Amino acid sequence: MQYTLSHFVALLPLLIVGITAIVVTLAIAWRRKHDLIFGLTALGLNLALLSLIPALQVTPQEVTTLMQVDRFALLYMGIILVATLACATLVHAYLGKTNTGEGFPGNREEMYLLMLLAAAGGLVMVGASHLASLFIGLELLSVPVYGMVAYAFFNKRSLEAGIKYMVLSAAGSAFLLFGMALAYAESGSLQFTALGALAVTPILQIGFAMMLIGLAFKLSLVPFHLWTPDVYEGAPAPVSAFLATAAKVAVFAVLLRLYQVSPATSGGWLNELLAVIAIASILFGNLLALMQSNLKRLLGYSSIAHFGYLVIALIASGGLAMEAIGVYLATYVLTTLGAFGVVTLMSTPFKGRDADALYEYRGLFWRRPYLTAVLTVMMLSLAGIPLTAGFIGKFYILAAGVESRLWWLLGALILGSAIGLYYYLRVMVTLFLVEPGLRRHDAPMNWGQHAGGIMLLLIALLVFVLGVYPQPLLELVQGATLAAL
Amino acid sequence: MILPWLVLIPFIGGLLCWQAERFSTALPRWLALLTMGLVLVLSLWLWASADYSLAAVTDGAPVWTLEFNHVWIERLGINLHLALDGLSLLMLILTGILGVLSVLCSWKEIQHRIGFFHLNLMWILGGVAGVFLAMDLFLFFFFWEMMLVPMYFLIALWGHSGEGKKTRINAATKFFIFTQASGLIMLVAILGLVLFNFNQTGVLTFAYEDLLGLEMPPGVEYILMLGFFIAFAVKFPIVPLHSWLPDAHAQAPTAGSVDLAGILLKTAAYGMLRFALPLFPNASVEFAPIAMTLGLIGIFYGAILSFAQTDIKRLVAYSSISHMGFVLIGIYASTQLALQGAVVQMVAHGLSAAALFILCGQLYERIHTRDMREMGGLWARIPYLPALSMFFAIASLGMPGTGNFVGEFLILFGSFANNPWVVVIATFGLVLASAYSLIMIHRAYFGASRSGEALRGLDTRELIMVLSLVALLVVLGLYPQPVLDTSAASMAGVQHWLGDALSNLVPAR
Repeated sequence: MQYTLSHFVALLPLLIVGITAIVVTLAIAWRRKHDLIFGLTALGLNLALLSLIPALQVTPQEVTTLMQVDRFALLYMGIILVATLACATLVHAYLGKTNTGEGFPGNREEMYLLMLLAAAGGLVMVGASHLASLFIGLELLSVPVYGMVAYAFFNKRSLEAGIKYMVLSAAGSAFLLFGMALAYAESGSLQFTALGALAVTPILQIGFAMMLIGLAFKLSLVPFHLWTPDVYEGAPAPVSAFLATAAKVAVFAVLLRLYQVSPATSGGWLNELLAVIAIASILFGNLLALMQSNLKRLLGYSSIAHFGYLVIALIASGGLAMEAIGVYLATYVLTTLGAFGVVTLMSTPFKGRDADALYEYRGLFWRRPYLTAVLTVMMLSLAGIPLTAGFIGKFYILAAGVESRLWWLLGALILGSAIGLYYYLRVMVTLFLVEPGLRRHDAPMNWGQHAGGIMLLLIALLVFVLGVYPQPLLELVQGATLAAL
Repeated sequence: MILPWLVLIPFIGGLLCWQAERFSTALPRWLALLTMGLVLVLSLWLWASADYSLAAVTDGAPVWTLEFNHVWIERLGINLHLALDGLSLLMLILTGILGVLSVLCSWKEIQHRIGFFHLNLMWILGGVAGVFLAMDLFLFFFFWEMMLVPMYFLIALWGHSGEGKKTRINAATKFFIFTQASGLIMLVAILGLVLFNFNQTGVLTFAYEDLLGLEMPPGVEYILMLGFFIAFAVKFPIVPLHSWLPDAHAQAPTAGSVDLAGILLKTAAYGMLRFALPLFPNASVEFAPIAMTLGLIGIFYGAILSFAQTDIKRLVAYSSISHMGFVLIGIYASTQLALQGAVVQMVAHGLSAAALFILCGQLYERIHTRDMREMGGLWARIPYLPALSMFFAIASLGMPGTGNFVGEFLILFGSFANNPWVVVIATFGLVLASAYSLIMIHRAYFGASRSGEALRGLDTRELIMVLSLVALLVVLGLYPQPVLDTSAASMAGVQHWLGDALSNLVPAR
């Protein structure tokens, strides 16, 4: 195969992230400076984001048999890069300033390296058109995340979360590999298109089902969700943000691509299996979130429910469904970044444990009005109330469901949303309650001046603007089609 | 261009109130008063300056007195479409009046977080104004859901807690979940309707005019109608779905109760008149007997439970359920007279329920309880207030000379021709209404007095509020013609869309 410039241009985002990772490694070896490393990371991620524009000119482009860079891939690359950039910014605030002596006691710089590697894995995944690149991407995404989750390894919870995530993630990978092996045995090829061209056989279906289970582990769909709350709670807050956004988006994008090309998934019992998973995720996610008094756990359960909603659109898989998924993922990523961002800034600088207990947020409005405003908007957006981006996402999912007449799933969605309201409102009202003897646990006074604070305000603004005027996002997502296969 | 401003003014005013708290505690109140005053004046000016007696329908398309249309979300065929006709205008004026009153009645009651309180109050009213003007189903739903959040805050943060510490938050949460979940069902129905239209015509649109008169198979129409009906039924409230209402009222601050009873419930009735009936005429006619039965159940259930309450605000809340039962019957009887009656009853009940809640609030400020077992003998202790309560209690039981009488009379009169038995039964509801209204007066104001100490009378602000409501109710009772004229064309429009369905039904009998 001849490689032309356009191949490299198409891969530019991935290449830049890869190069940034190498540069960051060398820079750490040369001089440990927190701000410098953060600066390099941010620069690299921004360049990668910019490189989406030239890459857009050459799409759709097949780069070897492994990667298919089309507009779909570029959209999700963009989402992953934005999420990573936001997480890196949060990490920078979270780990603390070098010179003041407070903040994270261990080495800080490697976090950026791990995050860049994971992001590179995510970029590989969304472009994957071959089961091998899917697996490489997935592992490249997962393995650094083990390290990130256990980054505060001297903290028992963080270490425990890291190990838990590793074990369950490995179990998921095992399922995935077994599924791939079955598919290969049936088709003799690992290419998505080759799998798609195949007649549906029971072996192939079982193979797909096992792959589905493997990916469901990563997406923490019920009943493969058991790790989620513990890991979200144990991991440092910005890492939880990364896990909930960039990591899940990448996995969902590749699942969507696989699902769209393969006839084995359309119709038959696989769809019913997915429907059951969706309903279980929505109901369990929301029900289990009800009684949480820990904000990070609560967000973990809520993310289970949200991916249950997304699976509805996956099952619909025609008409508006692709758009619905794109819109929903974009709004969900923004919202989740905002919510975890608030938790991060509340816990900034690092002091051993995160401020994630709900009572620490009691009456926050009277101390930190802007931070509270951000979290309120995020809670409303997660609940899908108008004026926020979350509503547009939910609206799209409902539209996709109605279009495909998935009444049972829609029923679950409505029920789930109603249950979900209860805990979102609980968090929201906690922020505004005044109690005597208020426990003071404040974000630093000048949080608004930190890059993290400014970014959070931007996210909140974006969530609001997209809720009122979603047209630009809709156009963006509408253009992000899969390449013809 | 005036229509978007009617919606925007409260939103902007709310933000100003919020920020004005930095400068002075009185400033937010005056700003809020100014904002609502402006909305009221604008809507009255609209009433005076335009003609609302135009035919509501020409060439199969509804006619609006005023219209504003702008592209919003092109991808989905969603427009910022606001339009005004007689019905919208009446509801808008009611919103303006009650908006002013709810600012006034909070003047002394709300003493902390004043700016934020008025932000929420203004945003509720802005959302309600949006509901009354939106002629795009997506926009309608947008406003419909949007007004819930500030209402939630109003109850949760400034409400009164009953026994236990968390009850006001629970009440607010219950209110929110009931209305939001039912709203989602309506959203599914809206999407179903829009996508059905899309499959038929290939045009993706949420515009009210385009969806009117869509031919649907009976089963589909019925299901979609039910989706709308459930959402409206929760807010109405219709009996099996009413349980949020007494809780919300009991815990809400006075301004919250005034808005809740006065206008939020009316958005549901408005929604039925504007959307559920005209969009699904055949299904609505078919559903009418069930709806009227539900209305009857509501009348009696509300009245009986109202009689049994000891909390004076809960009593008024249950009486709202009873009164709204009449409105439901009027709407589904669907004769011109009954529909007109429903509109008058909506306005009259808005005014009288608001007045009763304001009086409850004033009573609470004086004796710090809403429990009628703790009251008794107040007639001698407070000047003016008992007598005024008596007036509104009598108005609420439907005494001739008040607007409530006109409304109920027109509803019963208009429904009799087609549904004699419903009317016969509903009439007994009036008897029960006298029972609970009078028992409220009796328990609270007569009987043995707990102490001889005189209580503070009404000050000028309080007197102006209540007396203006008295005046409005009496005017509505004695000379309802302007209101009837204003709504006549809109109601003829509703009848027009129902027309074929109704005439098809007659030979079937």
